[in-house]
Amino acid sequence: MTTTTTTTTTNLLLAGVGGQGVILASYLLSQMALEAGFDIKQSEVHGMAQRGGSVVSHLRFGREVHSPLFTAGTADILLSFEPLEALRYVNWLKPEGILIYNTVQVNPSTVASGLAKYPDRIEERIAEAHAHVLGINAVAIATQAGTARATNLVLLGALSPRLPFTDEQWDAVLRRELAPAILEVNLRAFQLGKEAAKV
Amino acid sequence: MRSVMSGNEAIARGAWEAGVTVATAYPGTPSTEILENVATYPDIYSEWSVNEKVAVEVAIGATEVGARCLSAMKVVGLNVAADPVFNASYVGTPGYVVVVADDPGRYSSQTEQDNRRLGPYAKLPVLEPATSQECKDFVRAGIELSERFGTPVMLRTTTRTSHSKGLVELGGRVEKTDPPALVRQPRYSLLPGLTRTRHQELEERMSRIRAWADESHLNRIEMADAEVGIVACGAAYQFAREAFPRASFLKVGMSYPLPEKLVRDFRAKVRRLYVVEELDPFLEEQIRLMGVQVDGGAELLPRWGELDPYLVATGLARAGVPGANPIFTTQPAAPVQGLPMRPPTLCPGCGHRGVFTVLSRLKVFVAGDIGCYTLGILPPFNALHSDICMGASIGTAHGIEKALGATARDKKNRKVSVIGDSTFFHSGMTGLLNIVWNGGSSVVIILDNRTTAMTGGQETPAMGRTLSGKEAPAVDMEALCRALGVSRVQTVDAYDLAALETSIKAALDADEPAVIIAQAPCVLEYKIKWEPWVIEADACTGCMRCLRVGCTALGVIPAAEVGREKDLVTIDASLCIGCGVCAQMCRFDAIHAPAGKEG
Repeated sequence: MTTTTTTTTTNLLLAGVGGQGVILASYLLSQMALEAGFDIKQSEVHGMAQRGGSVVSHLRFGREVHSPLFTAGTADILLSFEPLEALRYVNWLKPEGILIYNTVQVNPSTVASGLAKYPDRIEERIAEAHAHVLGINAVAIATQAGTARATNLVLLGALSPRLPFTDEQWDAVLRRELAPAILEVNLRAFQLGKEAAKV
Repeated sequence: MRSVMSGNEAIARGAWEAGVTVATAYPGTPSTEILENVATYPDIYSEWSVNEKVAVEVAIGATEVGARCLSAMKVVGLNVAADPVFNASYVGTPGYVVVVADDPGRYSSQTEQDNRRLGPYAKLPVLEPATSQECKDFVRAGIELSERFGTPVMLRTTTRTSHSKGLVELGGRVEKTDPPALVRQPRYSLLPGLTRTRHQELEERMSRIRAWADESHLNRIEMADAEVGIVACGAAYQFAREAFPRASFLKVGMSYPLPEKLVRDFRAKVRRLYVVEELDPFLEEQIRLMGVQVDGGAELLPRWGELDPYLVATGLARAGVPGANPIFTTQPAAPVQGLPMRPPTLCPGCGHRGVFTVLSRLKVFVAGDIGCYTLGILPPFNALHSDICMGASIGTAHGIEKALGATARDKKNRKVSVIGDSTFFHSGMTGLLNIVWNGGSSVVIILDNRTTAMTGGQETPAMGRTLSGKEAPAVDMEALCRALGVSRVQTVDAYDLAALETSIKAALDADEPAVIIAQAPCVLEYKIKWEPWVIEADACTGCMRCLRVGCTALGVIPAAEVGREKDLVTIDASLCIGCGVCAQMCRFDAIHAPAGKEG
């Protein structure tokens, strides 16, 4: 797996389900890019998204960034909070791009009401669809850190070695942006996520 | 100081920096966050008005005493507000910016109209920011333009500019020096006899603005390779910059009226001229009307939906335009086919679920409205059969009844209206009065969740507080409906399926208008979480009747996995909020409240 470089624009796609913390994760990443001195564009679609629908966020940073959107086949990294959403957006990656995803499934409403079936062997299908893939059980790791609600910080931790940000920058931004009551558990979740990504 | 801001946050900041003292809106995606953020600046009086029309009227009044004002609305909100907006143009309100957030791609709107057309239609200038920085700066520019020429100014964003984030350099606040004063100004009286000269003045005003456009810093030429010149504005400009990195640009910030001299200068500097814009060919038509040659525009790009760098690059490259960025002309890998969709859905515990479960069972025609409950149109309910615009559920049901005449009371022709509490206040009340007046007998179900839920939980007149968090009188909805002339008004617990069914059936049989207020506060906004319910596996026959409530907290375990003959329903305890609606569907008493909380 490669690490993104600082000379060109980095395209980062975040995907998940409404309520999973995708928006907060994109916010933290945009603050990281600000801290590191990059130009930034970040874009997501609100509206009906929080009602359990698919949520997608585009984050771009580099020397000068114009478009808030990039297109399929141009993402350097796809960070997916859910396996079905990983498979849905895997074609957005460049061939050499990296997919990091949470292996815990969330049923769409169509599956919950018996109208559709969740895809079989989803992890195998993801591995077949793309060469550079890392799946982690971010919910289990977050629970180990203290709360399942820190799943998004586990995923950010796993992503962190692939981004051009220093440990000091991460630490400064997380301490500034997270509420004191949830800071320690989130820092632990971030650290455990980072370690999980080294395996 | 630099900050990362969405376009909407930046517009709020711009209102503060421009010295705005009054800001009004009705919530509507993608514009909602503008007023939510304005409300965080204590120097500005801000309010959720009952609807967009009232919001604009409040602002017109505020300009009468010299206040700088901003109103914000979504794409279709402008349709509601059009009457006072047109008249504000005739009055010539100074210091007034109307923000309209259009929605190419219809992410959350029923129409894809291009509201830039309001510029020539209502005879007011239109500004179109492309970045968060411009969202902030153009509010200030708009207020200045408005004061300079005595005209309301439209600031038009799209979902992409409103919801994208980028860097913004923050500035200080510039307040008006003279305090507000109520001075009687004849031009605020639009009596036909007195406005004889107003239209003429409007045309002259636009001529002066047109001349000013050529000097304005809002438009600029960015020369690079002279082979290809692109005229663009808003998000389309950003997409085009990425798609054609070496091209020259006329970056338009004021899309109406266009700077004619600048357009001609640019045409003279480039060998080929293209126009890249979303939705209507609004810039292109103006340029062609000038008699300036355009080598390509609307015919090269999709006329509906949102653009992106790929669509711009491939659209122009197909027509032989050189210099497209190869990253954006390569056909990407196709998406994996056959995956289940993940549509938005009613939240676990949502009070609307019970109503749609009952309506689906009664098989009546349901005239719907705009809100979370529009999701009742989707499976498994399929219990919403029309959905037009804010408040229309009531008028359309009345029209159905009157057109059916004597057959309106046949069983197959029975119908109800469903409308949310906020939508009812917005524009349902007048429809209800209309039914009473004209002898209708509609059944109107008000889904009262005590908030404007779809846009993220904004305050309503029944909530007991305002946008700024001040305590306010909470409207008594039953009393309001009675005052409008409906004598059959009943409030029902939205989680009680039997009570709902009894109430709806009785109302359908009655020969008079009826209002049923189905009450359950929004679980998301009020953070409601009771103990999750549980399935008694031995009692569950696997009939799946409970799944008809369409709750994502319910799941199915295949029979083989649990070693039984029939599939087993499960409840995800992390999602279930304990509303008990699914239990009322079970004929085998297999779904229980947690111990000690039965019933």
